Amino acid sequence: MQIVKKILEGDIKTAARFIRDIDDKMPNVSNVLKKLYPHTGHAYIIGITGFPGVGKSTLVDQLIQVIREQGKSVGVISIDPTSPFSGGAILGDRIRMQRNALDDDVFIRSLATRGYFGGLTASTKGVVDVMDAMGKDFILVETVGVGQDEVDVMNVAHSTLIVLIPGMGDNIQAIKAGILEVGDIFVINKADQKGVERTVRDIQIMIEIDQSLKRGEDKDGWVPKIMRTQAIAGVGTKELFDQIIVHRDFLFGEGIDYYKKRKYLRDRLELLDMIESKILGDMINRLEKSGELDEALGKMYDDNIDPYTLCDDIIERLLHKDI
Amino acid sequence: MSKRKIRILVAKPGLDGHDRGARIIARAFRDAGFEVVYTGLHQTPEEIVAAALQEDVDMIGMSSLAGAHLYLFQRTLDLLKEKGVEDIILTGGGIFPEEDIEKLIDMGTKAIFMPGTPLDEIIKWVRDNIEPRKGL
Amino acid sequence: MFKEDQMDKANKMHSHWDARCKKSFSKFPPRKERCTTVSDLPIKSIYTPEDIKEMDFAEDIGYPGFYPYTRGVQPTMYKGRLWTMRMFAGFGSAKDTNERFKYLVQQGQTGLSTAFDMPTLMGYDTGSTRAKGECGKCGVAIDTLADMEQLFDGLPVDKITTSMTINPPAAIIWAMYIAAAEKRGIPRAKLGGTIQNDMLKEFIAQKTFMCPPEESVRVVVDTIEFGAKEVPKWNTVSISGYHIREAGATAAQELAFTLYDGITYVEESIKRGLDVDAFAPRLSFFFNAHIDFFEEIAKYRAARRMWARFMKERFKATDPRSMLLRFHTQTAGCSLTAQQPYNNVVRTTTEALSAVLGGTQSLHTNSLDEVLALPTEHSVTIALRTQQILAEEIGVTNTIDPLGGSYFVEALTNKIEEEAMAYIDKMDDMGGMLAAIDNNYPQKEIADSAYRFQNQYDSGEQIMVGANKYETEDKVAVPLLEINQELENQQIEKLGRIKENRDNKLVDSSIDRLKEACAKDQNVMPYLLDCANTYCTLQEMCDAFRDVFGIYRDPGIF
Repeated sequence: MQIVKKILEGDIKTAARFIRDIDDKMPNVSNVLKKLYPHTGHAYIIGITGFPGVGKSTLVDQLIQVIREQGKSVGVISIDPTSPFSGGAILGDRIRMQRNALDDDVFIRSLATRGYFGGLTASTKGVVDVMDAMGKDFILVETVGVGQDEVDVMNVAHSTLIVLIPGMGDNIQAIKAGILEVGDIFVINKADQKGVERTVRDIQIMIEIDQSLKRGEDKDGWVPKIMRTQAIAGVGTKELFDQIIVHRDFLFGEGIDYYKKRKYLRDRLELLDMIESKILGDMINRLEKSGELDEALGKMYDDNIDPYTLCDDIIERLLHKDI
Repeated sequence: MSKRKIRILVAKPGLDGHDRGARIIARAFRDAGFEVVYTGLHQTPEEIVAAALQEDVDMIGMSSLAGAHLYLFQRTLDLLKEKGVEDIILTGGGIFPEEDIEKLIDMGTKAIFMPGTPLDEIIKWVRDNIEPRKGL
Repeated sequence: MFKEDQMDKANKMHSHWDARCKKSFSKFPPRKERCTTVSDLPIKSIYTPEDIKEMDFAEDIGYPGFYPYTRGVQPTMYKGRLWTMRMFAGFGSAKDTNERFKYLVQQGQTGLSTAFDMPTLMGYDTGSTRAKGECGKCGVAIDTLADMEQLFDGLPVDKITTSMTINPPAAIIWAMYIAAAEKRGIPRAKLGGTIQNDMLKEFIAQKTFMCPPEESVRVVVDTIEFGAKEVPKWNTVSISGYHIREAGATAAQELAFTLYDGITYVEESIKRGLDVDAFAPRLSFFFNAHIDFFEEIAKYRAARRMWARFMKERFKATDPRSMLLRFHTQTAGCSLTAQQPYNNVVRTTTEALSAVLGGTQSLHTNSLDEVLALPTEHSVTIALRTQQILAEEIGVTNTIDPLGGSYFVEALTNKIEEEAMAYIDKMDDMGGMLAAIDNNYPQKEIADSAYRFQNQYDSGEQIMVGANKYETEDKVAVPLLEINQELENQQIEKLGRIKENRDNKLVDSSIDRLKEACAKDQNVMPYLLDCANTYCTLQEMCDAFRDVFGIYRDPGIF
């Protein structure tokens, strides 16, 4: 297949256009992804999440710089929200990553959530595989950054970075409740601002409490680290990258059992996800094409049949391929 | 299979920073349901084309107000060709003398929108003239 | 301001009038559901004593030349001296612009105003990779002192004042101007003029930026400090609302963000250890004259009153000159239409009139073809004549602040002040302008206003004649100024010759010392003067800034 060959050669145009096909759920996609899959597994994937305005994109820009200085290639997936009203989106994260715009070893792709929750897009896993197959050494995944539920990135990334800024008082509460387990490294960006010591202390305490609550089998896991950066000036980003490498070495070294366990759960979830979306996609497609949905609504209004009954009836017939 | 979305790159080439028009059009495109990649200020044609290639957009909209448009548009078109993506359509908005509009169209720019063009008109033009690319 | 029984009578009359209106509207419904200014500020059908009854004449309105200066900064205003008619000019090479300057001075213009090309404005030399195709396109190209010498050759720079619209490299261009004058034997203390040098509004609106905000403001304070000590007749910062408005702000936003920029420069200069009265008299302002006639007049009046109060109360200035908000005005480029361009003369006329009635100190009137390209000599002359007609034919200069005391104008002045104060309070809470910029607060507010206006324009709620109403098919051909395409190569050659003939060792050591001054928080001005005199290029000096201070990039927040 020409597409597969070109992507494996690192051809940007083909890769970029195939990514669009994944995003648009085109029919041929899974055939290509099947052929790409054996060529994946080389890239190290770093997830970057955190609230809007904490400087995620600028941090990504700095990490690109550090990675390139080491002669490694990098792919970036940057996600922005789709407007629920229009279905459109403004993808503006690239702006802050333009320093390496002309470097062929830096491939940046902006994606819109298109109604997908969890901070990623439905296509993210596929796009990661494409970049991996292209031979990128590192892939940075920047989540949409809208709230506290952005935990999906941990299922894609090897190392997950949670970016915070000083003085986020209430938000730290939210993190406590939501995404503490997700973070492998906590990054306190804009560390020249006041309140940084307090933020570091708060997170430190959270980590300690979390560690002491963990049951025995989790003890061989990783103890999250806290790093300080001023991404806009490039301060602390080299050290941050070094810490990511420490985490990588841990995962593939003394933490290998822990990593395998994590990976198994992840792959399981992913397979389940894939099956779910395929079944669901197929059924919804059939349903919409058949016109059964409007027919059912007709029954609801004209014959006073309740929606619960209608739902059961439709599912029954979908399963028996009557629709 | 869901309907393909139109993807547009809105760019501000050159050194002038008057981005009011570029920002308004980016918002209007979003509100019309397009996916808009905004590359920000002070971009060279090389940077714009590299972004268009990686982002797989159907169209580039360039805003220019400071008079360097003839160079900037020609260079962008040349680079699109060089990279083998001349199917990406180039359009422009901003301040251009009447005779330059002809030159811009002649060199391969698909449409030029002058100040005062209603947003609806531009959006309609996009819907009528930009077809999302076929799948590979 | 009124006696109680007078107010009672007035209120009774108001209800009679109201009833009559209702009757009349039942036959002929109101022409418009909602009347607003171009800034979307609602306007009532009529204003009466009720609207200004809380005002105190002495405290809120007063006399021109007296605190709080609502009616004007000088006691005599245009009775003594007219505003300065200052037409912005600059295109092509230094030689081309020098010829245009000489022409304008012959035509009776009393001050020069210089436009630079984009590479100069952004700190790049002609021929730099980022500057391709832009040489001389929207102003004059300045690479070294040699260009500056040619630009003002034969012009009496000790007698006329010169305004230079430049921001990130403002200190550098100023150093070149001072160096050029001193080479002609004119001491710096005799030089009068203005550099725009307002970096804060660049981050907010015009987006001509180079180094990060904090470092940029530090260099601005360097110029304020240097000016106060060595160039006492120079206006070191022209705190500008013009670009904020052009970017789509409302009148109140223009006022609030501009005044807050001014507050920030004052605060930072005081932090530097300067006495407020030593530098504040040299701060000047630059506002937009937009299309909404009364709103603009009210804006200028509110601006003077607010600034005077800030200086006196917030900064404890004691010199009355520190409290004066002196300002330049330019008519609104964004109000002009490319369609039926001759209509632009009419727009510019009423906008200029609002600036005059609002008490401006100097004025640029846009040319009818400015929306299409750089203006031709013919169209610039019409624009200048417009000012001369306002000044000498129509009688508006006979009396000072002729609209003072108008129920409507006074109420509107109060309203705009109130709206602007709300923004200022909010930014105080955020921790000042630098913090607000970091939060993208002013940027977002302006973008929202711009988008709202565009939608109102599209729906016909805001009218631009010839563009979204009374459109015609036929096109009017306007003769346009051609820029010599060969210019870029000629300028590159000229720069090459200068680089060959200068003492390059001296250049290197001057740049090294400049970098050291940047890093060690020393005032950069003396070092820039050395660099200018050794014919360092603009970009070499800017690169020194970029190396030490870093580069700022568009945050691109929507």
